[in-house]
Amino acid sequence: MVAFLFYLLSAVSVLCALLVLLMRNPVHSVLSLIIAFFAIAGHYVLLNAQFLAIVHVIVYAGAIMVLFLFVLMILNLNKAAPPYQTTLVKVMGAIAGGLLLVTMVASLKHSAIQPVAGAEDGQIGLVKNLGKALFTEYVVPFEISSILFLAAMVGAVTLGMRNKKDNSSAITHL
Amino acid sequence: MNSAIPVLQAIPIDNYLWLSAILFSIGVAGVLMRRNAIVLLMCIELMLNAVNLLFTAFSTYLGDASGQIMVFFIMVVAAAEASVGLAILVMIYRNHKTVDVSFLDKLRG
Repeated sequence: MVAFLFYLLSAVSVLCALLVLLMRNPVHSVLSLIIAFFAIAGHYVLLNAQFLAIVHVIVYAGAIMVLFLFVLMILNLNKAAPPYQTTLVKVMGAIAGGLLLVTMVASLKHSAIQPVAGAEDGQIGLVKNLGKALFTEYVVPFEISSILFLAAMVGAVTLGMRNKKDNSSAITHL
Repeated sequence: MNSAIPVLQAIPIDNYLWLSAILFSIGVAGVLMRRNAIVLLMCIELMLNAVNLLFTAFSTYLGDASGQIMVFFIMVVAAAEASVGLAILVMIYRNHKTVDVSFLDKLRG
């Protein structure tokens, strides 16, 4: 049963990831990427990483992909772009990606990792245990990440406002 | 024993290695193949998620919470990166009327 779920979720995630780069319409790419993210969230549930599964759905499917969809709608890019690149570039990209896959498989082929004895209870993915680790051992990186978010928010707002400021300065200049 | 996570016994961690390698390679191929900058950002998110999945798998298999904390921080950085990257893309679209990276060659010498 678990093996079946694993292979089902893996097939869905790989298929939707392929559709992301094969779809001509960017909106379809976004939608298939959302399905792939839900499949990855299913993998997290399978691994008993409940906190990560919830956060993954909220952050990726709920925030980041909605942001992508909004930008696509605002820029009115929700139509298939005419193909500007040649087929040669596409084939070269596919070959390069495939070669990377072959390299990784060849280098990881002889890995022999066994679950250690400490993993037996499988409770580390619960909110309680992760929160304990996050707010004791990793509290300084947690605070620094809040500063990163503040900087990203200020940067995004500043980038979005610049055009208006240019207009106002142009008006005062006139 | 090990009743909390039956996946530990049913699935060897090699399968997660292969799955993450496939997803990461698809992301790399997408960055190389597509010219739409928004799809490029989406492929970068796909690569980050492949790494996240492998971090979580190793964290569960080895019984160490640090891997899942690392995934949490990767999600933080991915959210910040997506917001700033999309703001930059909106600015580029206002100035150039396109987000096709083939036309964004103004820095070429």
